[in-house]
Amino acid sequence: MKILSINDLNSLRKRAQQALALREESSSSESEQCCGLATGADHLQVLCCGGTGCKASNSQKIVENLKASLEENGIADKVDVITTGCFGFCEKGPIVKIIPDNTFYTQVKPEDAAEIVKEHIIGGRRVERLLYVDPKTEKAVSDSKHMDFYRKQMRIALRNCGLIDPENIEEYIARDGYQAIANALLNQTPEEVIDIIKASGLRGRGGAGFPTGMKWGFARGYDSDVKYVVCNADEGDPGAFMDRSIMEGDPNSVIEAMTVCGYCINSHKGLIYIRAEYPLAVHRLKIAIQQAREYGLLGKKILGTDFDFDIEIRYGAGAFVCGEETALIHSMEGKRGEPTLKPPFPAEAGYNMKPTNVNNVETLANVPIILTKGADWFASIGTEKSKGTKVFALAGKINNVGLIEVPMGTTLREIIYDIGGGVKNDKQFKAVQTGGPSGGCLTVKHLDTPIDYEHLAASGSMMGSGGMIVMDEDDCMVSVAKFYLEFTVDESCGKCTPCRIGNKRLLEILTRITEGNGTMEDLEHLKELSEVIKDTALCGLGQTSPNPVLSTINNFWDEYVEHVKQHKCRAKQCKALVTYSIDPAKCKGCGSCKRKCPANAIMGDMRKPHIINPYECIRCGMCKSSCRFDAISIY
Amino acid sequence: MEEKNIITLTIDKHEVNVPAGTMLLDAAKTVGISIPTLCHINLEGTCVKNMPASCRLCVVEVEGRRNLAPACATRVTPGMVVHTNSARVIRARKTVAELMLSDHPNDCLTCPKCSDCELQRLVMRFNIRKMPYNGGEQSERKQELTPAISRNMEKCVYCRRCESVCNNVQSVGVLSAIRRGFNTTIAPTFDQMFTDTNCTYCGQCVAVCPTGALTEHDYTNQLMDDLTNPDKVVVAQPAPAVRVALGEEFGMKPGTIVTGKLATALRDLGFDYVFDTDFAADLTIMEEGTEIQGRLNKFLAGDKDVKLPVMTSCCPAWVNFYEHEFPDLLEYPSTAKSPAQMFGAVAKTYWAEKMGIPREKLVVVSVMPCLAKKYECGRDEFKVDGNPDVDYSISTRELGRLIKRANIDFANLPDGDFDSPLGESTGAGAIFANTGGVMEAALRTVYEVHTGKTLPHLEFNEVRGLEGIREATIDLNGFELKVCIAHTLSNARKVMELLRAGKLNYHVVEVMACPGGCIGGAGQPYHHGNIEILKARAAAVYREDEGKALRKSHENPDIQKLYKEFLGEPCGEKAHHLLHTHYFDKSIH
Repeated sequence: MKILSINDLNSLRKRAQQALALREESSSSESEQCCGLATGADHLQVLCCGGTGCKASNSQKIVENLKASLEENGIADKVDVITTGCFGFCEKGPIVKIIPDNTFYTQVKPEDAAEIVKEHIIGGRRVERLLYVDPKTEKAVSDSKHMDFYRKQMRIALRNCGLIDPENIEEYIARDGYQAIANALLNQTPEEVIDIIKASGLRGRGGAGFPTGMKWGFARGYDSDVKYVVCNADEGDPGAFMDRSIMEGDPNSVIEAMTVCGYCINSHKGLIYIRAEYPLAVHRLKIAIQQAREYGLLGKKILGTDFDFDIEIRYGAGAFVCGEETALIHSMEGKRGEPTLKPPFPAEAGYNMKPTNVNNVETLANVPIILTKGADWFASIGTEKSKGTKVFALAGKINNVGLIEVPMGTTLREIIYDIGGGVKNDKQFKAVQTGGPSGGCLTVKHLDTPIDYEHLAASGSMMGSGGMIVMDEDDCMVSVAKFYLEFTVDESCGKCTPCRIGNKRLLEILTRITEGNGTMEDLEHLKELSEVIKDTALCGLGQTSPNPVLSTINNFWDEYVEHVKQHKCRAKQCKALVTYSIDPAKCKGCGSCKRKCPANAIMGDMRKPHIINPYECIRCGMCKSSCRFDAISIY
Repeated sequence: MEEKNIITLTIDKHEVNVPAGTMLLDAAKTVGISIPTLCHINLEGTCVKNMPASCRLCVVEVEGRRNLAPACATRVTPGMVVHTNSARVIRARKTVAELMLSDHPNDCLTCPKCSDCELQRLVMRFNIRKMPYNGGEQSERKQELTPAISRNMEKCVYCRRCESVCNNVQSVGVLSAIRRGFNTTIAPTFDQMFTDTNCTYCGQCVAVCPTGALTEHDYTNQLMDDLTNPDKVVVAQPAPAVRVALGEEFGMKPGTIVTGKLATALRDLGFDYVFDTDFAADLTIMEEGTEIQGRLNKFLAGDKDVKLPVMTSCCPAWVNFYEHEFPDLLEYPSTAKSPAQMFGAVAKTYWAEKMGIPREKLVVVSVMPCLAKKYECGRDEFKVDGNPDVDYSISTRELGRLIKRANIDFANLPDGDFDSPLGESTGAGAIFANTGGVMEAALRTVYEVHTGKTLPHLEFNEVRGLEGIREATIDLNGFELKVCIAHTLSNARKVMELLRAGKLNYHVVEVMACPGGCIGGAGQPYHHGNIEILKARAAAVYREDEGKALRKSHENPDIQKLYKEFLGEPCGEKAHHLLHTHYFDKSIH
């Protein structure tokens, strides 16, 4: 159906809200009563995570099995099975959630579907073995509201992820979707809308943190026959999936925000630049765009007004630097994906040299709710200069890997220990890397730093797009710096000298150090070169690429010196600097390590202690992992 | 209002007042501060421009800015405080140059660009004595020797001037950046060889390359062999543009005319006969002028099928360009060969017969401002039984090197004369070196032949200048002759696309591939981005013309004699056979 007026939209919202009522009520309900058809419930909903992570763990099959089982039991009409976007708790995926009692099943397998139907949905008894167990209290927690992982989170950008069906526009409309654009078109001037965004304090979530309202204002200020709204969905940080999850779980929020932006800057054409390697996000965006067109929310005369706006998807081939807005624009133009100097900023001369506004996915996802709830509400969240929330992809040596959203100002400690559940295997926390490959490594002394743009930059890291990787005592900081440099060397476009050659030379020096061939002069060069690259590179990629080196030099200088002077890697990660040896007291002479050794470096007779020939040993670690007596150690 | 657009800033304690929009680099120049650059080039007045701000050698410190700013691409703002020489800046520049050296072969002494290399000059300027980042891996890049251009991309510093020129100035689009990061290189798509592309060999990539990555195919050794071979008779023909630029190779002021020294030097080098391509330029006007006249007469007689405009065909890169890209329009260009090839054809027939020199003993060498001419010499249609009319072509720069090697003190040489009969020329032949020159020379003859009147003013100022496409209307006894002059191939493309669309209303069009015409050719001494050099050469060309006793091609007595003794009528049967050519569809798409 075409929505031709605000009345149409509101009556559709009313109808859709009824369908969503069960979920809305249950998410605010405090009752922990388990509901089943046999215990009085007359309608249930099963939400199953359809994010990329859970899908990879076969969540699609769970949905199929649930549906089949409901059919078998003849209750398909009483229970809806809904595929949603990401719940965020990826560590425990696939997630299945039962509405109305909010039971949060974790690590569900397709074969569990029948039991969930029989026990919970029909019988009203929770399947205890699928519940999340709080590691501190060792008690099962059924409602996600009471899990540490969720308690300190505040989901604004992710408000609809894990709640609505991203392939059904009506569920988005039920959550006040498209109210922001309707109100803007009917009741507000573009300047008023821009003022609200300015007042909210929203800043770019792609990394640089430029005030969004100001950016829109600039783009509005340039007159042109054609202007463009571009959504930067070229999320490229290794391990980051904030933007992907939003597009998979709530694509309409991005579409609505782009339309609002189009109205504000007087543009009628939106482009989403997305990596071709995000097939699910592309699929859901396509569906959302199609539905929005069918409902008259994209296309000609939106909501019966004179405003036209439509969106096209453009694919990126997966170059990290194409997340830089000028490089992104050149890539869309069919040119080589490399940045050009600003000014001119895209607001003046962007796509096809026309005024263009580029915003990141997460930034856009915040826009509709700011407009519906008001600038004051948004500005009340966060710190003085960084308002609202930030989504982070929490990864590395942490118990709760996943996608989280916290108010700006939350400390690293809260994220790592409360939400993240602390370091894996009770190891010692060593560092946390924020901001992706261009960010820095922060240490224990930074744990109480409130996270916002200014504090992270002052600590030698950056907000970046929201990667957060936790490291423990087993991580060698020189190797970590080397890892990130490998990434930037791979992803450098090659345009400017410092990035093209400088990063390569940094990597070579780091490689020398990790191989035990570094000198103290190398350390000086490392510092000097890093500073020059930061100072002279053309774009954000080059200007930040030495951050992992500089931050590890600043915070872990001793470790560098140890590598150079003592040829020692305390984390035992640098193969050239470690020796494997067998403790004769512990070795039973079982021969297991000898059989596993790919280099034939282990000698010894059966039932007699074996020894490792250090000249043959390739330090692969096969022996250590095969030893049942813990007789092999690394020095 | 004027006042408002002047911006005041401070550069190294100098107060600077410049118009808004000025880049820091240019602002600094106004107070005598020359900031080093490498990737930047701006041949003002032409479309040769490259401003990627990518080499980062021109960085300066701007107070209040987090990082250093590239002076070449940072606009002045009011109250800006700029330091071009602080410790931070010096360290950054030096480090960036050291990085470049770490990915550059260390063979300056044997590099063809030695002493003309912009990277080498910068390294000297930065006082680099050590290479701290050396020893690292070097990026793998291709080498190739085409008939005209030598590519050694190991020496590429990735300034991308060649790419800008190939795409924006020439619109040929052969060169672009390929691969990423450390392995980036400039090459044809899919890293093909030049010879597999539609490269026109205009050589403008060579003209702007700051290092030894792109240079000419050097024929000096072959020439030395021929000059010392007693069985060969070696004949020289230097092009019009050579005599206004060669002096630069010996430290003489740009625009110095060295025609007489050139003749002496060639003779001293051991050439048996020193003739002049200017002579052949006059011959070209006779042929091309007659062809123009012929097509015009048909047009005026109401022939609807006559192909107009007549387009000049002297420039071999331009010939390659239309053979590659406009094979449907091959009937428009004049069939007249280039002057150098006309010379070869005449030298190896008329003159060789006269002298009794067998063709295989005769070596005709052209000295050209051009690299495409090297390719042109190898065209099959310019050979008789495999023996080329012009054996090979050397550039102005190669001649400079030969003269130096032969211990000739060029600056103090006495003036010599060209040999007869292929050495006499008029001012019309001389101006072939400039864009618009062929047109002007043709007009001088066509006017007089068509109207039967003597030209009141020889100078056609309306066809002179540096504007990319110029047009003029000439009154030929009531008939309005519409002419157009284009230089650089991107401008040529615009003209050709109009022609293809049926929207081109000219009778004669002159095209030269290089900016400024042959004076800006890729075989000339390097201009290093200084437009004043090209302007000085252009002015010298017109001075050379003014200094000539004869300034109209049809008045050249040796030309008249050549027709009388040998060729017969212009565009007659013999002339057609020897002096005209045909074109081929060489499109690769």
